[in-house]
Amino acid sequence: MSEPAVKNIEVATIGDDYATKYGFKDPEEYFLRAKKGIDHEVVEMISRLKNEPEWMRQFRHDALDIFLSKPMPKWGNTRLLNSIKFDDIYYYIKPLENQKRNWDDVPANIKNTFEKLGIPEAEQKFLAGVSAQYESEVVYHSFKEELKNQGIIFLDMDSGLREHSDIVRKYFATVIPAADNKFSALNSAVWSGGSFIYVPPGVDVKIPLQAYFRINAENMGQFERTLIIADKGSRVHYIEGCTAPIYTTDSLHSAVVELIALDGAYIRYTTIQNWSHNLFNLVTKRAVAHKNATVEWVDGNIGSKLTMKYPCVYLVGEGAKGEILSVAFAGDGQHQDAGAKVIHAAPNTSSRVTSKSISKAGGRASYRGLVKVHKNAVNSKVSVECDALLIDGASRTDTYPTMEIDADRVRIEHEARVSKVAEEQLFYLTSRGLTEDEARLMIVNGFIEPFTKELPMEYAVELNRLVQLEMEGSVG
Amino acid sequence: MHDSDLLFSMRDVHVEVEGKEVVKGVSLDIRRGEKHAIMGPNGSGKSSLANALAGHPAYSITSGTALIAGRDLLQMDATERSLAGLFLAFQYPLAIPGVTVANFLRAAVKARSNGDESVIKDFRKTIKANFKLLEIDDSFATRYLNEGFSGGEKKRLEILQMLMLKPLVAILDETDSGLDIDALKVVSKGINYSASSDNSILLVTHYQRILDYVRPNYVHVMMDGRFVRSGGPELALQLESEGYDRIREETAAKVEV
Ligand SMILES: Nc1ncnc2c1ncn2[C@@H]1O[C@H](COP(=O)(O)OP(=O)(O)OP(=O)(O)O)[C@@H](O)[C@H]1O
Ligand SMILES: [Mg+2]
Repeated sequence: MSEPAVKNIEVATIGDDYATKYGFKDPEEYFLRAKKGIDHEVVEMISRLKNEPEWMRQFRHDALDIFLSKPMPKWGNTRLLNSIKFDDIYYYIKPLENQKRNWDDVPANIKNTFEKLGIPEAEQKFLAGVSAQYESEVVYHSFKEELKNQGIIFLDMDSGLREHSDIVRKYFATVIPAADNKFSALNSAVWSGGSFIYVPPGVDVKIPLQAYFRINAENMGQFERTLIIADKGSRVHYIEGCTAPIYTTDSLHSAVVELIALDGAYIRYTTIQNWSHNLFNLVTKRAVAHKNATVEWVDGNIGSKLTMKYPCVYLVGEGAKGEILSVAFAGDGQHQDAGAKVIHAAPNTSSRVTSKSISKAGGRASYRGLVKVHKNAVNSKVSVECDALLIDGASRTDTYPTMEIDADRVRIEHEARVSKVAEEQLFYLTSRGLTEDEARLMIVNGFIEPFTKELPMEYAVELNRLVQLEMEGSVG
Repeated sequence: MHDSDLLFSMRDVHVEVEGKEVVKGVSLDIRRGEKHAIMGPNGSGKSSLANALAGHPAYSITSGTALIAGRDLLQMDATERSLAGLFLAFQYPLAIPGVTVANFLRAAVKARSNGDESVIKDFRKTIKANFKLLEIDDSFATRYLNEGFSGGEKKRLEILQMLMLKPLVAILDETDSGLDIDALKVVSKGINYSASSDNSILLVTHYQRILDYVRPNYVHVMMDGRFVRSGGPELALQLESEGYDRIREETAAKVEV
């Protein structure tokens, strides 16, 4: 008998909460901080400070103009979106003068933060490389020597630009141009940190690479930028985790992530975000999959005040595959507006979208999806499955699926389900001695099991714990 | 004074579901080591009684008393009834998607371990032994509870749960229905294995067949929400050959008197 992938939640841990485990904050000490608000002066300062090539400096300024001229989105939760106070945000905070390669060189307060979050331990146990970003900069980065020797590049995005400007210039903003949307424009103007990964042809990165993003300062905006290129026939799995302390004012996280899977390559991008409930999470993630390439987004959205995130795959080469598997948990006062986008632009491409959402205590989860099959994408396969679970009568779920099918011979499966935690299921479990809370938690964890089982064991355990915290409703 | 051999005792229990009275005053005493069977036509209230006793929120006990090992069952919620030693093997076990058999049972076993670490430590060994006894493949440990299980597999899993949870009073609601002949033997073996002089079993069934394997001390006939006849195992044989008509006529006659 094999041991199940996910261990039971220990009853003893009930009572922990976000505040003690993730919501703690360090004193705000930093090496350098831009003034509040955003203008060309701030953009210029960031670019100068990073000593960037002229093309990037220009790119940033152009992007700022786009950001300033673009209206706010007129869809989604406009009430929450319009409550963002752009003038009240710090767009750049540099916590340390230099990035460290050794945890012992990281100042104690920051090191403690990451230790509390279990990062150095995870690094030792099962990661090939780790990047730890604090505010605007990656403060710690490590990568196994033997992987470097295989030609794999794993750097923070700033170092990537410095050391491999040819590759960066070739691919940067090709998948998500600055003008894509208001928030990609903002990111393009003030981006800092994030990861740059290049995997050479045929190389298989067998153990995951991870980045961890931590916001500590109040009124902080974090704008990391990630670019992953998997060259022909290569494979890579990248994991990102995120948290922030609890403040009374709002923070903003607005990342841009671009993935490029060349012919026959495979990229899996896993996110476990666990933001505090006062953070706007407005992220643009998009991948391009070339001939016979596969891209998988595995996206777990817990926390935040408002999340708007629709990971996307462009299937541009024949036989390319895209998969988007997501879970969103919306609690009191939260709106998770998440979904998926797939564009079939070549024959024999296939995609699968599985979206699971849980709404509790008045929380709202929306699925927003687009599947487009271009005329030339004959013999393509599309499958979309949305599952919403409502914990109580006060909560809300809605789906906005769009399908535009212009090709012939396309196989489409679409399923959407809304379920409530059934009295009968609760009774079955309580009649075996579980309390109602334990039973409800077990049902919820079962509901997201198709997602959890895709995660490495350690993350699966962590995700179940996070869900437990949310179910207890003790999160601030 | 409570008779410590009296594991289960109910008096004049009435059950209502959806505003309708479906159990209309039943009484029963079950002693340590005894096996009782309830038989009765479809819709006579057997499952309603079983569900109400286990604490199903849709089935309310409107009057009467019920004790388990001398403790007032009706003051407890479903969780407490289970921890007090009551077990119900469901007539139609429900699927719980994404929850593996092993995770579910580990939690259920742990819930009653009173902090005894050894129970949890032995969990894998115990479940494996019980799988073997019930001829269930080990792979079921990582399957999702009742999801995609055949009718017979679900029934075996109910008995597996009984073996793992070691109840004082087990109510088995038609655990024999839908089983093939071999499965019936295996399930009976499981029931007999768990039965001891310390616990008791209340078997709800339509068929004499299982009673050949699991021999009851008493058989009760339920009709229209009441126990209308009680006797020894021979009563089941009589029902098998005559059906319920004769009892129905006799009961009707009695009511008229
Ligand atoms: N949840 C429910 N909602 C409405 N009516 C119910 C419910 N459960 C039981 N009943 C009704 O109560 C009566 C008794 O049903 P019950 O299931 O207890 O019978 P049973 O003796 O177990 O029958 P069977 O031998 O067919 O299993 C029936 O008329 C049934 O329709
Ligand atoms: Mg029944």
